[in-house]
Amino acid sequence: MPDITREEVAHLADLARIDLSDAELDHLAPQLAVILDSVKSINEVAADDVPPTSHALPLTNVFRADVVRPGLTAEEALAGAPEVEQQRFSVPRILGEEA
Amino acid sequence: MSTSTTTRLMSFDEALEKFDPVMGLEVHVELNTASKMFCGCPTEFGAEPNTQVCPVCLGLPGAMPVVNEKAVESAMRIGLALNCQIAEWCRFARKNYFYPDMPKNFQTSQYDEPIAFDGWTEVEVDGETFRVDIERAHMEEDTGKSLHVGTSGRIHGADYSLVDYNRAGIPLIEIVTKPIVGTGAKAPLVAKAYVAQLRELLLGLGVSDVRMEQGSLRCDVNLSLRPVGQEAFGTRTETKNVNSLRSVERSVRYEIGRQGALLEDGGTVVQETRHWHEDTGVTTSGREKSDAEDYRYFPEPDLVPIAPSREWVEELRGSLPEPPREHRARLQAEWGFSDLEMRDTVGAGALLLVEQTIAAGASPAAARKWWLSDMARRANEQGVDLADLPVTPADVARVQALVDEGKINDKLARQVFDGVLAGEGTPDEVVAARGLAVVSDEGALSAAVDRAIEANPDVADKIRDGKVAAAGALIGAVMKEMRGQADAGRVRELIIEKLS
Amino acid sequence: MSSDLTRRTAAELADALAAGETTSVEITSAYLDRIAAVDGDVHAFLHVDAEGALAAAREADERRAAGSVRSALDGVPVAVKDVLTIKGLPTTCGSKILEGWVPPYDATVVARLREAGLPILGKTNMDEFAMGSSTEHSAYGPTHNPWDLDRIPGGSGGGSAAAVAAFEAPLAIGTDTGGSIRQPGAVTGTVGVKPTFGGVSRFGLVAMANSLDQAGPVTRTVLDSALLHEVIGGYDPQDSTSIDQPLPALVAAARQGASGDMSGVRVGVIKELGGDGYQAGVRARFDEAVQLLVEAGAEVVEVSCPSFVHALAAYYLIMPSEASSNLAKFDAMRYGLRVLPDGVENPSAEEVMRATRDAGFGDEVKRRIILGTYALSSGYYDAYYGQAQKVRTLISRDFAAAFEQADVLVSPTAPTTAFRIGEKLDDPVAMYLNDIATIPANLAGVPGISLPSGLADEDGLPAGFQILAPALADDRLYRVGAALETLLTTRWGGPLLAQAPELKEVSA
Repeated sequence: MPDITREEVAHLADLARIDLSDAELDHLAPQLAVILDSVKSINEVAADDVPPTSHALPLTNVFRADVVRPGLTAEEALAGAPEVEQQRFSVPRILGEEA
Repeated sequence: MSTSTTTRLMSFDEALEKFDPVMGLEVHVELNTASKMFCGCPTEFGAEPNTQVCPVCLGLPGAMPVVNEKAVESAMRIGLALNCQIAEWCRFARKNYFYPDMPKNFQTSQYDEPIAFDGWTEVEVDGETFRVDIERAHMEEDTGKSLHVGTSGRIHGADYSLVDYNRAGIPLIEIVTKPIVGTGAKAPLVAKAYVAQLRELLLGLGVSDVRMEQGSLRCDVNLSLRPVGQEAFGTRTETKNVNSLRSVERSVRYEIGRQGALLEDGGTVVQETRHWHEDTGVTTSGREKSDAEDYRYFPEPDLVPIAPSREWVEELRGSLPEPPREHRARLQAEWGFSDLEMRDTVGAGALLLVEQTIAAGASPAAARKWWLSDMARRANEQGVDLADLPVTPADVARVQALVDEGKINDKLARQVFDGVLAGEGTPDEVVAARGLAVVSDEGALSAAVDRAIEANPDVADKIRDGKVAAAGALIGAVMKEMRGQADAGRVRELIIEKLS
Repeated sequence: MSSDLTRRTAAELADALAAGETTSVEITSAYLDRIAAVDGDVHAFLHVDAEGALAAAREADERRAAGSVRSALDGVPVAVKDVLTIKGLPTTCGSKILEGWVPPYDATVVARLREAGLPILGKTNMDEFAMGSSTEHSAYGPTHNPWDLDRIPGGSGGGSAAAVAAFEAPLAIGTDTGGSIRQPGAVTGTVGVKPTFGGVSRFGLVAMANSLDQAGPVTRTVLDSALLHEVIGGYDPQDSTSIDQPLPALVAAARQGASGDMSGVRVGVIKELGGDGYQAGVRARFDEAVQLLVEAGAEVVEVSCPSFVHALAAYYLIMPSEASSNLAKFDAMRYGLRVLPDGVENPSAEEVMRATRDAGFGDEVKRRIILGTYALSSGYYDAYYGQAQKVRTLISRDFAAAFEQADVLVSPTAPTTAFRIGEKLDDPVAMYLNDIATIPANLAGVPGISLPSGLADEDGLPAGFQILAPALADDRLYRVGAALETLLTTRWGGPLLAQAPELKEVSA
């Protein structure tokens, strides 16, 4: 397991959409390296034939009936929005899909 | 941005001489459940913005999803109708990426454990059968809808966007084919026939409204070319936004031409997402599929696995409608269509429309006539799918009934359709508003016939001599005088009566 | 009268209400006064809802007068950790990114508190998004330990524990992902219970790690926890991971245990959770408590859970992975903070997201988001997240084997007593070690309780005793916990909190 580099941390922050400053990168990268070092023992656990556990209790098939339930009014839905226009959430311009 | 003006296209025939197309189709189907995939919000199309939302589908902090059982059932029925295996155990996963129309910034989807997998279906093109293998059909949720405000209305150049989350969380089934090979020049038609058949099948299952123009069925087309004789696949592009049957065919044809020219010129195809432009009939480059695209899938910890019992699966299997091939054979026999007539009907994407028109009371011949001639021409002129014309099978059946009742003739019927397509109302409303009913006043009709005989003594003499075929000229004169609003059959009868 | 009321346990208050000796308005007012008097120093609350609490108290008194009491705790006030949504009250999760957000819905736990008639005093402080063991990571300033205001009250639910320890609330709700109820309980001399995973609805609990989070009671006595647990627990169809079974009889178990009789109960001391790394005073109090159980008739055995040594590593992979995804929703688009990047004209949505998430999240949250993003990345998933989920299986197997030999398992709750504010703030790994004894229960989904075991000799600060039971057997926690509580308070001549220093009261 390679140690985590400053560049990797920058890439991860990018994936996680956090605009880390250089000072933050300097601060966080070594800390993350220490944390990762402390958890890497996990790889030494011989567990090839062990099934993973994602839920402590093995429930299956939990469904709801296809019934409409009252939700929020538009006012309630939009109450916390930074900006609203035309009963919609107003967000800054979206980049990407079409260029 | 690549523009259409700089894109060289190779002719379709030339491309097919040199290259062998390989396709993959991903179809997203919105289910017609009453409530959303993971919450009880309604799914109706066209509601006021942000009125069909709750903490769950808005992704508010603390909210938790609960799976809609009907959606799971629909997914399994779709899988079974496509001859898929149904998973004994599967889960939802989170597909993590940031996008403002996705409230949680992850999509709850299925990843490596789809509910249905390894299926197949067969489609027919010009009497030839092609097998399409189905890789998987999995469950996921739809996103919200953004309205881009600014100079162009497209995302590019927009100053800001307005988001409505009514659509967020509506259940989607994504149906993914395996690579479709060996279709050669028929590739565009096979793609279109597959999607058309899927529509038919989904409607037969009653699981979706399959309205492509409303986005309840959306198609992404993957396409690559390989030199004829080569085994390995070429680099593929994924064309999104292909939202009509016509566009499926056209976009495949376009990409074949575009990639053919690129490869021929020694260029390389870039693995990327491309966007189909219905208006200009071209694809343009979107986002490059880079390795940085890392969705960080992991099992959704707020949901538990789905493990459908085999009894449940068999019960659902028992509820399936007949498969497309049998369905068509039965309809053809019932309707008395020739093989060619049936093939044309299917090829025009009109099978469902004809079926529904017949169900609404029209004769098979009339239903076929209207859809395959008149409506097909109009759809072609407007560049839309038949099903997207704003005329319903019930409208067509009603117009035919009016003809059968002698209230209008075929010529007037076309005017009635003009009115219906222009949004003037139902056929009856159009007839009333435009005053299109044929003249049924015998006195007026008789007088007009008399005037026509008087004005054309030579023709009248011929008819008196038994040359009935000459009646056409008189009929024409009468129809002209009546401005088309007469029953030509009745006019003919009156002429013969008076001159015999 | 009023200070007297705040010293009583919730069960005593319920009895006094039932006997007509006091009213909910009197009790609620007494607690609101106490909050006003001491919370300036303690800072247990982020938001106090005096008006709402008193209105609910009046309604409770009216119900009681009309003879339609809703629950055993009808009229007894409660404080709620700021990680649960309450319709109409701010919910910040201790984060700047949610400053000013008022949720439009109630968490199921909150709805049940309301249905049972408990006035809600307010929202308690916490480490940002429950990430921490000291409540120092709150964006709104740290909470102080009532035993020593220079020390941490534990975390993430330091606010709830401190509120109860400082007599600012008789009852509180906490949440426990890796120990955030139990560890604050240990270092503040209070009682905290992490129920079986799925035993209390998570609907409306702002998730840190969905497969580990569990809400539970924070109180001053074991019986009070049982009373509160019965109010908030049980099946909820809005939480797909909720257990569709009735709760065991928890209050009855606590009352049974209060006799102090432990005969016939097999107690397993977990070998791996003790010894090196545990403060001497913590170990001494633990050993004495075990001895008391033996004297009360318990059969004590040592059990080994070898996989527990990997629990911390598994936890610090699973938790940040889930958290990195959960916290993606805080993106400045629909609610909460929106920060525009400096010097960018007409910034894109993506640029605004980046700037907001940088400005709105604290260091610990950023650390965990990046760690989780890393652990889930393609190429690392199997080595990290996938492997951690397997270790989870091994830990569950260890528990299963241990519960073959014992009805309950015991350990110190936390390795140390409360440390000084600031002491471990920039040493994340040292901070993480606080949860070493509590994490295995979260990974396996089994229930656990922490109750005070006494004061450590070296610093005179409270230490905690942890009891763990098999999944769904939460009643055993109460049976054994109440017994030990009786044995210890008999020895101490009263509750441990009676030994806490008096806080300076400022008049409101």
